[in-house]
Amino acid sequence: MANIITRRSILAAGAGAAALAAGGEALAQSQVQVASGVAAPTLPIENGATLRMLRPVRFVAPDEEVFRANCARFTQQTGVQVRVDFVGWEDINQQTAVTANTGAGPDIIVGFGDAPHIYADKLVEVSDIAEYLGRKYGGWMFVGNKLGKRHGTNNWIGLPFGGTAGPLVWRKSAVNQVGYQTPPNDLPGFLEMCKKLRQAGKPSGFALGNAVGDGNGFANWLMWSHGASITDEAGAVSVSSPQTLAALNYLKELYPTFVDGGTISWGDISNNQAYAANSLFVTSNGVSLYFALKNDPATRAIADDTEHSVMPLGVASSWPSAPLTLNAMVFRHSRFPNASKALLAFLMEQPQYEPWLNANLGYWAQPLNAYKDASVWSSDPKIALFRDSMNNQFWNGYKGPISEASGQANAEYVLVQMFAAVAAGQSTPEAAMREADRRARRIFRR
Amino acid sequence: MSAAAEQAWVRQAKAQSALSKLFDWKPFLVVMCMLPAVGLLMVFLTYPLGLGIWLAFTDTTIGRSGRWVGLENFEYMLEDPIWWNAVFFSVFYTGIATIGKFGLGLWLALLLNNHLPFKSMLRAIILLPWIVPTVLTAIAFWWIYNPQFSIISWIFIELGLRETNIDFINTAWPARWSLIGANIWRGIPFVAISLLAGLQTISPSLYEAALLDGSTGWQRFRYITFPMLLPILAIVMTFSIIFTFTDFQLVYAITRGGPVNSTHLLATLAFQRGIPGGQLGEGAAIAVSMIPFLVFATLFSYFALARRKWQQGESND
Repeated sequence: MANIITRRSILAAGAGAAALAAGGEALAQSQVQVASGVAAPTLPIENGATLRMLRPVRFVAPDEEVFRANCARFTQQTGVQVRVDFVGWEDINQQTAVTANTGAGPDIIVGFGDAPHIYADKLVEVSDIAEYLGRKYGGWMFVGNKLGKRHGTNNWIGLPFGGTAGPLVWRKSAVNQVGYQTPPNDLPGFLEMCKKLRQAGKPSGFALGNAVGDGNGFANWLMWSHGASITDEAGAVSVSSPQTLAALNYLKELYPTFVDGGTISWGDISNNQAYAANSLFVTSNGVSLYFALKNDPATRAIADDTEHSVMPLGVASSWPSAPLTLNAMVFRHSRFPNASKALLAFLMEQPQYEPWLNANLGYWAQPLNAYKDASVWSSDPKIALFRDSMNNQFWNGYKGPISEASGQANAEYVLVQMFAAVAAGQSTPEAAMREADRRARRIFRR
Repeated sequence: MSAAAEQAWVRQAKAQSALSKLFDWKPFLVVMCMLPAVGLLMVFLTYPLGLGIWLAFTDTTIGRSGRWVGLENFEYMLEDPIWWNAVFFSVFYTGIATIGKFGLGLWLALLLNNHLPFKSMLRAIILLPWIVPTVLTAIAFWWIYNPQFSIISWIFIELGLRETNIDFINTAWPARWSLIGANIWRGIPFVAISLLAGLQTISPSLYEAALLDGSTGWQRFRYITFPMLLPILAIVMTFSIIFTFTDFQLVYAITRGGPVNSTHLLATLAFQRGIPGGQLGEGAAIAVSMIPFLVFATLFSYFALARRKWQQGESND
């Protein structure tokens, strides 16, 4: 999961206006390939429909401007009033829970990845619009499929809207100095590089503290790149395994190469601070770090020297990072399900979605294949990597079904603390694994 | 005429309505007058406390009302090393921080009780750490203890006394001591100012009499100051123990209970399980488990320190 809580960069308002203006011309210039002749599902809009929608607050100002403009255009075309409320990132899960369980509140919530799976029974199926969008826009990418469909079925309960993953962020000069063009993609090679970086006084560092985004992202990478997982396909706890042990032993060697002072007390912001202060040279973070550096004249040089690449794969076949995903859902208590679905489909159609994607500058990546040709991905070569975020074959709670428990395991840092205990020398790998297994069993007992 | 007037007057007296009789009835009046206070207590105190205790016996999660599970939450808690660690650290944190706060606070109070220039100004300044919002204190300490950017580490390295950063919050024991240090720093003013108020109520004639008897400074402290201060010490200590035991902000903002859960207090653990973890039932059970400790601490302060007969104007046994 990417570090998205620490978004320090607010782009100049000028960029917002430019992006908005570009939206109008997008039709003419767009490179996005749209399949022709795909019939839209008939969604007769209910009489007198009005809609209320919640979504997380923006990264950058143009996100909100374009989103509001798109909704206004829907109102113009259909006469349906749409009210959008932007909610803090920390609050949206709680508000989703309350909405789902009281059966009152907004018609649509654009929540985070897991939410539709937790409240599946309270939601209207959106298979018709999801399949239509998939046919028209080159098909859904892996995470789109995974987070949209109810586990083990073809029924869409969520409509993934965008996602962002956390790659390896590194200083080109430091990596070159110790003799590499790019960081090695295999685990032993990566360890070797980190050792050399430490000797050269340009250390790496990854969060091992109670950091929701960065800590869990690093722990998941360690697990997945060694073939370990917190649950198996059926959702049974599978922490105790030789693969987990291998991951723990790997970290035991990797941790001493980390930045002086250690990373066990790091929060989500700590690696950003250390990286911006020239005391950290390789880390993992969302795209926000790069933009924060790029937009501040004082750190512009660091941004110019910064590269993104996927975390070393190890035994994984795709980038071992679960993208943080926006996932839209329509509630059964809504009196206007057709209008709700029509709005969501409308927002994901090319004339609306592409300008929105471009306005987000790469903070969000599309879940539909066709949008890979949107101009944002060629605007800055350093963010091109994020284009394929949604093709990762991983999600929170991998390999099991997405559930309330997988979210709780993240929130309680079960895996992060397992790794931190070994890094700190507080437990042996075996003891740490047993303890994590015990906690996971409690969390996944239902 | 006069007979008629008298009649009217009598009738009026008899016409006291049932309502007015009711209001003349003392038990009813008592109930009516107490009702607003009882209502406030029920709504804002009894109900939340009762709800919290009830939740502890259910498996409620955020947004889903739970089923009654009896003692299941408590059974799990008792076999959970993280809870035991939180119990240990809560007691340790409260114990050491209280000793530190009272030792240093009493010392500061004795110093401030002397005649100093700019006395009132000094006393006002002393209160500052306590006035600053806790979260701001916590953020300041978070920077002071930062593993990479600590000013203390920086000074030591610049002076050539060390080569690496000091480990403040990266391993269990340093993190525990660092948090206790921050709590003591924050708590001293409250203790010092309260005890100073107590010191000023001690009659100077007692000291004069002791001086005439040839007492030493230590004897005056041991046999006059300390016993005269005990009642207020008991109250201040009760408050201090409760505040420290239920502390949340300092720990949550500086370490979030880390490294590896070693600095979780019961309050931060209850929050972690209940709100981010979503297990309201388990969180409530952890919060309820604080009650016996708090009751014990309160009773201890009260009975051990405050139940002296002379407080009721009698001499000691």
